[in-house]
Amino acid sequence: MQPTDPRVSRVLLGFLVLASLTIITLDARRDTAGSPVDPLRTATSAVLGPVETAAASLARPIEAIPRYFGDVRDLRRHEAQLEATNAALKQRLRAGRANRHRSAELQRIGVFASRTGYSIARAQVVAIGPAQAFTRAVTVDAGTNDGVRPNQTVVNADGLVGRIVSATAKTATVLLIVDGKSVVGGRLTRSMELGLLSGEGDLSGSGGLKLSLVDHTVSPRPGDVVVTWGSHGGAPYLPGIPVGSVVSVHSSPAELTQTAEVRPYADFSSLDVVGIVTSSTSHKPSSTANNAMSGSRQARPTARSARPTGGAAPPTVSGAKPKGSGR
Amino acid sequence: MITALRALAVAVLVVVTVTLQVSIFSSLSIGGVVPDLVLLVVVAAALVRGPDYAALVGFAAGLVLDLAPPADATAGRWALAFVIVGYLIGLARPEGDISIVNTFVMVAAGAFIGTSVYALTGLVLGDPGVTVGAAFRVVPLTVVYDVVITPLVVPLVVLLFRRLEPIERW
Repeated sequence: MQPTDPRVSRVLLGFLVLASLTIITLDARRDTAGSPVDPLRTATSAVLGPVETAAASLARPIEAIPRYFGDVRDLRRHEAQLEATNAALKQRLRAGRANRHRSAELQRIGVFASRTGYSIARAQVVAIGPAQAFTRAVTVDAGTNDGVRPNQTVVNADGLVGRIVSATAKTATVLLIVDGKSVVGGRLTRSMELGLLSGEGDLSGSGGLKLSLVDHTVSPRPGDVVVTWGSHGGAPYLPGIPVGSVVSVHSSPAELTQTAEVRPYADFSSLDVVGIVTSSTSHKPSSTANNAMSGSRQARPTARSARPTGGAAPPTVSGAKPKGSGR
Repeated sequence: MITALRALAVAVLVVVTVTLQVSIFSSLSIGGVVPDLVLLVVVAAALVRGPDYAALVGFAAGLVLDLAPPADATAGRWALAFVIVGYLIGLARPEGDISIVNTFVMVAAGAFIGTSVYALTGLVLGDPGVTVGAAFRVVPLTVVYDVVITPLVVPLVVLLFRRLEPIERW
């Protein structure tokens, strides 16, 4: 284990560096078909996910001491609050759906009307990616056992949180909308204009979003509310979920589209309980659903284009930029 | 047999460290930066056992960190970063006893190297989260935070690695 020969030592170093580079290369080439590293990743998640959940539940009472002193009454109140949050959340989702119905161009979503409501799996954030990893992703303690699949929408009481990028039996990883890789189709409720909300990639705090409108003649105003535009099959984002409000607008002659700074409603610095909309399993099978079944990160859509299935069909928004597109 | 047990002990240490880092220490983040417990383990391994052992531990620990949820980046980046950290710190470790000042210097150097290599691979691969601005903010903060947490973590891990060391050390 402790070779004194410097040549042996160099061979070991070379081997380890080469092994790392091989893994990086294999994984960097992942696409919709997945990556060769995925089985390893799934196995690690399956083992470490529950461990993280257990650790987080051990730590939670300690972290929560300032919030409530372990009094049963307080806990009950907390529970009642959560129930209320959940109810409000469902209400909001229905309201969003109703709004959507009002717009004539989206009438064809009759599928949504027949449904009684989205079913939501409640989950707790159990692990948070560090800034050192330059991503905004969290692990939640609900997995495929609770009906969670990749590309499902994640919300909390305030608004859109992100989407599931991978799920194991008991845990799932959520890519937050403020991550640099995240792109969400958004709609200004005032003018019904469409745009793309990309995460600014802030590594701390609540984070921000950049809205670029498709129609450059429209200019968003501060205070405008942005909701999700929705994707084909409700994956990865369901329509009409509040995302945030416009705080400032920039337009430069060099750019064709107007961009606006959007502050998300969800507070990403203190995420705790989130809801995962699991009812998208009832959607008719599509490429997305197929991906979701295979259960891992290959479900990251790259560039699904608008579906030419009739004039009223809403264009599809892909959930992520193709890797490496940068900003 | 004993070697296997030792390897198992290191594996348990790595899993515990990764779990602590993502589940518990994440609530102690400063500007999103969480103390790099895994890096401290690699540095401690380098201080006690030298470059080869530390490079191996770094590879294993880095790979676990790469694959453990909620890691979403390309796998292998932490592994590469920690192999380099383990090897370089192992080469640079002082002769004789591990002094306090030296430990701090080694941790600072290790944190700088590790986070920088990780950020660089991100830039090379075109990870949209990695920008030069973000790296300039995150890297110094990581170095400072890791140094701050060193007295609480490194002595314990150093002790553990000493225990795991075969007696027939040359």
